Amino acid sequence: MKHLNLVYGPRKVYSVSGKACGECQTSCQSACKTSCTVANQKCEKLKK
Amino acid sequence: MLHTFTVNGDYLAFDSETQALVAMDYLPWRLLEAFDAFTGEGPDTAALTRIRLEFPDQADAIAEIAAEIAALRDDEALFAPPTEVNLEQLYPEKPLIKSMCLHICHDCNLRCRYCFAGQGDYHSGMRSLLSAEVGKQAIDFLIDASGKRHNLDIDFFGGEPLLNWDVVVELVDYCEQRSAETGKDLRLTITTNALLLNKEKRDYINMHFKNCVLSIDGREQVHNYMRPSPSGADSFAPILRNIKEFVAERGDKEFYVRGTYTHYNTDFASDVAFLASEDLQQISMEPVVADSHEPYALTAEDIEKIKTEYEKLAFHYVEEKDGAHPYRFFHFNLDLDEGPCAYKRLKGCGVGTEYIAVTPQGDIYPCHQLVGKDEFLMGNVSQKPNQLNPAITAQFADHLVPDRQPCQTCWARYYCAGGCVANHYQATGSLDGIYEQGCELQKKRLEAALWVKYKEKEKELAREQFA
Repeated sequence: MKHLNLVYGPRKVYSVSGKACGECQTSCQSACKTSCTVANQKCEKLKK
Repeated sequence: MLHTFTVNGDYLAFDSETQALVAMDYLPWRLLEAFDAFTGEGPDTAALTRIRLEFPDQADAIAEIAAEIAALRDDEALFAPPTEVNLEQLYPEKPLIKSMCLHICHDCNLRCRYCFAGQGDYHSGMRSLLSAEVGKQAIDFLIDASGKRHNLDIDFFGGEPLLNWDVVVELVDYCEQRSAETGKDLRLTITTNALLLNKEKRDYINMHFKNCVLSIDGREQVHNYMRPSPSGADSFAPILRNIKEFVAERGDKEFYVRGTYTHYNTDFASDVAFLASEDLQQISMEPVVADSHEPYALTAEDIEKIKTEYEKLAFHYVEEKDGAHPYRFFHFNLDLDEGPCAYKRLKGCGVGTEYIAVTPQGDIYPCHQLVGKDEFLMGNVSQKPNQLNPAITAQFADHLVPDRQPCQTCWARYYCAGGCVANHYQATGSLDGIYEQGCELQKKRLEAALWVKYKEKEKELAREQFA
C-alpha cells in the first residue's frame, strides 16, 4: 500500500522553459494590481 | 524546500524546488513533517519516539512510510536541493521596459475609503486629465524603450479612465497606428469602476481591449460602504448592472471583476460567492493595503479569520466547478505543469525595469503604487532623448528573489517572486523590507490554490475511473 500520493510533479521550477525571452505579460497588468501571484502567469512560448 | 500544510482537513506537502505536490493521511504527514524541510534528513530519535507513542499499533506502517519518503528523497522528488541560479545565464540581456500603467485621469467619480490613489488625485490635491498629446508621448516612450521586445502592454488606468473617454479613444487609435507602423503587439487593458460603462463604451472596449478589470467589492452593503460616490450615495446597483451587461457581451475575451476586502468583510468568501452567483465568472479579490491606523485596515486578529476564509473560498471554488455558477479565481490559477520560466519567478513584476507608470503630467514612476513619491520620480515622457533616472532604475534592477534574504528560507518564493515591492516599501519604508502581513496572506492563498489543484486532480481521476 502506498502512503504518499504524488499528485503533481516532480517538475523542476528551473526547467520550465529554459532561457527567458522577456515577452510575457507583466504581472501587474493582469488583475490584482496589489499582490502578485507570479506563478499564475502564462509563458508566451507555451501559449502558442 | 518541503512545506507541509493542511487545508480543509486534507494533509498535503509541497516541494518548492520540484513542484511535487503530495497528498496523504495524518500519520504519513506527521512523519514527513518530522524530516528536515531543507535536507530531508531525519526524523531524529525524539520526533520518531513521539510519533511511535502517538501511533502505538502502527510500527509497520511507520517503517513503510519512512521507506517511501526516503525513496522520494533519493529520487529528488522531495527535499531537492536548491538549484544554483545564474540570472545572467537565464537572461543575459538588460531588462527592457515593456509594460506601462497609463494614468488617463487623476480624478474619480467614486470616493472609495481605501483608495491607494488618494481617491483619484494621488494625494496631490490636484485633479487632472491626461491630454492626448502627453498620452501619445507616453506610447512613443514605451515603444522606444522596449527595444526588440515584441509584446507590449498598456493598462489604461486612473483614477477613473472613463471620465476622459475621448482621450481613451484617441490613444487607442494611436496605439493601433503605432502597432501597424512598428510591428509591435500593443495589448491594451482598461481598469474601470464601471459607473460610466454604457453600451457605447462596452462595445468599444470589447472591440479594442484585450483585458478589462472591473472593480466591485461583492455584496451590496460591503460595496456601498467602501465605494460611495463623492456625495456619499450608493454605487452598487448601477455598477453591478453595467458589469453584468459587459460580461454578458464579453464572450470569451479576458476580463476580471476585482474586489478588495478589508477589516469589515473578513468573510470575503461570501463576496466572491455573491459575484459568482451573478455569473461574473472571472474574479479577483484582494486584501486591502492600508496604514494600520485606518479603521478598515486588516488587524493581526483578522489574519487567522482570513486564513480560514481562504480555505472556505477554495472549498466553494471546487464545489462550484460542477455547480450552477463555476468561476475562476485569479490567485487559484496556478499551473504546475506549464508555469512561467525561472527568470520570471525570480524577477517578479518588473517594477521600475520592465514596468512603469505614467501620470497625466507625463511623469514616470516605477509602479502605479509609487506614483507621487518624489524619491521615485524617474523622468518625464516629454524628455528627449528618452531616459530613466539610472539611480532609481538601479534600485529596482537589483531587486530579485536571490538577493532578498528572507525569501531564501521561504517555500513560496517561486510563486510570489518576492511579493509586491511597493507594498514592502509602504509597510517598512525600505524596498528591501518585508510586508509580513502580505507574505502571510500570500502563503495561505497559495496553500489554498495547491489544495484546489489536488481536488481537481482527484476529480479528474475519478472521472477517468468511471468513464
